[in-house]
Amino acid sequence: MPLSVLRRRLRGHPPLPPVPPPARALPRPPFAFSPRRLRLGPRHPLFEDGDVQRHLYLREALTGRAEEAERPRVSEFCCHISGCSQVFDTLEGYEHHYNTLHRSVCSFCRRSFPSGHLLDIHISEWHDSLFQIMAEKQNMYKCLVEGCAEKFKSSKDRKDHLVTVHLYPADFRFDRPKKVKSGAKHVSCPTEYDGSMLMDVSVETSEQLQADHMEVVPSESMEVPQPTASTSGPEKRLYKSSWQRDACTLSLSHLRCQRGPSNRNLTPLFVHGVTVIPGSAKDPIHNLLWTGCHPRI
Amino acid sequence: MWGRRRGAGPGGGAEELRARRREREAALRKARREQQLVSKRLLREDEAERGQDGAERAVLDPVLQGEVSELLRGVQRGSEDRRGWLRRLRRALQSKETQQEFVRLDGAVRTLVGLFTCSLPDVQLEAARCLHELSHSSDAAVAEACVPVTSYLLTYLSGHSIELMELCLYTLGNLVVESEVVRKKLLPQGIIPVLASCIQSPHEAVLEGLGYVLSQLLQAKEAPAEIIPLVLDSVLPQHMLRLVCSGLKFGTGAAVEFAWCLHYIVYDVLFCSHTANVELMSLGAVPALTSLLCDIASEISPSDSEGLELLICPVLRCLGNLLAEETGREAQPQDERLLVALFIIMHCYLQQHPFLIPESLWLLNNLTDEPFFCSALLSMDLLPALLQLLPHSQTVSTLVLTVLCNIAEKGPAYCQQLHQQAALPLLLHVLVVPDPEVVGQCLELLHLLFLHWPQVAADFVKQGGHQTLEQHQSTPELQERVRVLLEMALQPLGASAFSSSSTALSTFSQMT
Repeated sequence: MPLSVLRRRLRGHPPLPPVPPPARALPRPPFAFSPRRLRLGPRHPLFEDGDVQRHLYLREALTGRAEEAERPRVSEFCCHISGCSQVFDTLEGYEHHYNTLHRSVCSFCRRSFPSGHLLDIHISEWHDSLFQIMAEKQNMYKCLVEGCAEKFKSSKDRKDHLVTVHLYPADFRFDRPKKVKSGAKHVSCPTEYDGSMLMDVSVETSEQLQADHMEVVPSESMEVPQPTASTSGPEKRLYKSSWQRDACTLSLSHLRCQRGPSNRNLTPLFVHGVTVIPGSAKDPIHNLLWTGCHPRI
Repeated sequence: MWGRRRGAGPGGGAEELRARRREREAALRKARREQQLVSKRLLREDEAERGQDGAERAVLDPVLQGEVSELLRGVQRGSEDRRGWLRRLRRALQSKETQQEFVRLDGAVRTLVGLFTCSLPDVQLEAARCLHELSHSSDAAVAEACVPVTSYLLTYLSGHSIELMELCLYTLGNLVVESEVVRKKLLPQGIIPVLASCIQSPHEAVLEGLGYVLSQLLQAKEAPAEIIPLVLDSVLPQHMLRLVCSGLKFGTGAAVEFAWCLHYIVYDVLFCSHTANVELMSLGAVPALTSLLCDIASEISPSDSEGLELLICPVLRCLGNLLAEETGREAQPQDERLLVALFIIMHCYLQQHPFLIPESLWLLNNLTDEPFFCSALLSMDLLPALLQLLPHSQTVSTLVLTVLCNIAEKGPAYCQQLHQQAALPLLLHVLVVPDPEVVGQCLELLHLLFLHWPQVAADFVKQGGHQTLEQHQSTPELQERVRVLLEMALQPLGASAFSSSSTALSTFSQMT
């Protein structure tokens, strides 16, 4: 039957002659045949050839992404987040940079986080005074694992849960307790502070690495103006002296101001400039117990 | 759909490439028979290092022992050129021995984890690539050494960078298939809920990687007890089905991965765990997958079918098993388009990817259990296409004969059709095939034909079939049946007509 005829059959169907369903007769020995529906498991010999093709594909498949050197180049452009002068010549490079450093950023303290989920938890535990009040009466510290609904009295209890139930590493980088700041504006419950947890996971290496880890330095090539440069600095960037006041001037919808819904699908390539707030004049390293980049402008 | 690696450069002629491919296939077959078939995916292999034979990784000389330490120190120390050091390390990690050595060095994995979780995006990406190389190792000890990174891989999957997520997914998939220790960590760390969130991403690259991880997880030996129940409890199944069914238009790579996932789940759910098969059926898997096959069949042609065979294959398997099951029969829409789609698929792939033929015929067997599909096959004139497959191979012959038996078993009207459409001469050819299993199935078919439509017996004798039959009289597994068939065939015509109508009568009396 020609292919074209078959294809037409796919669209419509001719009427079929009615046939009465026959009774199932038993097979007569020495003949044994009887229609049987067969169920075949993944390891059945009939599937051998198909599996071989599948595995060849797994081993040979190219990705859709070109090797870095082959990616299409665009004319150089700068990250549009004010204060970040990283330059790019591929869109992929920019996308990764932006999504890592500027996507889930706390508008209160400018730290950035690997995911919206961790950012939400950070905001409620660090910047929400209501949280601290409620935490005195009920378990408020949420488990970090998505899908686990447990809550705890303290961040230490949560950490114990993460380690014993979820088999997380004891030095999980994204679960460090908040150190109580002296003169902190927010009232916070004293949290247990384990000095050993400050230790950088990356080891006995140089302070260079530690500095890289703690500070923002989004790229090695970025100029890092002194933190006290609140009154001077390159004209391109705008500085304000107090960060509290300007928390509400953030205009980017994808930056977290409230505990809004996460918007993962948004990957804006061009963003409006934002008024960036410099960190405190003091070296932020010691205050920074949650990871992330603390932008130093 | 992602392409396959092609041979790089002029290193070998087409014949050489084919020979090498056959060797690889033979090695994979052997591994499968020994239940040792494990494959991994690798992202971004450097063209220059691939070597002459495009599909094999060039075997790099393992780096000398001192050099591995030096690379590690460079990575730990050199902040100006950390990326450069990481790139050098990544290249070195393409060799198995270097992988093994690296993970044995004190603080090595810890350093990589630290860089992977640092706040410098470029460094992070390079470190991720190094970890990905490690994940590709065929040494389970290397995979186990990567356990400290698993919680971070999951953390970044909840993030936003597509490139990083893709790396994390393929790294996870490779680690998961290699080591049970890794799986035992990942499950309590919440890998299933994370994957369930990721599957709602619109990014094709992420979805394909996700499908890959799941396909590896679902093949674990502990999957039926520990993984499949979690997957079924999540939103994963409905999204998987959705992504498979939209795979013809977009995201074919992802559709392929999820189709294989469904295949692994369907068999277990239906026939092993006895759990929640109702859910799968209520998802509408049978009609959805049937529609998909019909859509594919209306697009392909023998000259333009490349790329879909690895999507069709697992879908055939899912449907085959779904329709072998009781509730499958009830849910089965009696849709004869499925029949047409199967024949188109067999026709289009006969030359290039014959592995689809036996699998299609198996599904056809399950369909032709129902009289509806037997009538449809005959009335839509699909019998010649089926008969054409008879001389193909032992497995295919046996399957075709089985389907013919399904049809013949339905009764006289069907046997009449078979006879009218010239099945007999072809069956006579099958009788001389030197394969007792194939011949045996042919004998079963002849029996049904002689029984329901005696004219076949008469024509059989006229065409000398009884002489061919006599050749098999001394074959142990065939002799009994040959004897009975010869009796049936060589009875005088009047007597045989009488005996067949008395057979019909007795069948009738069984019905009442």
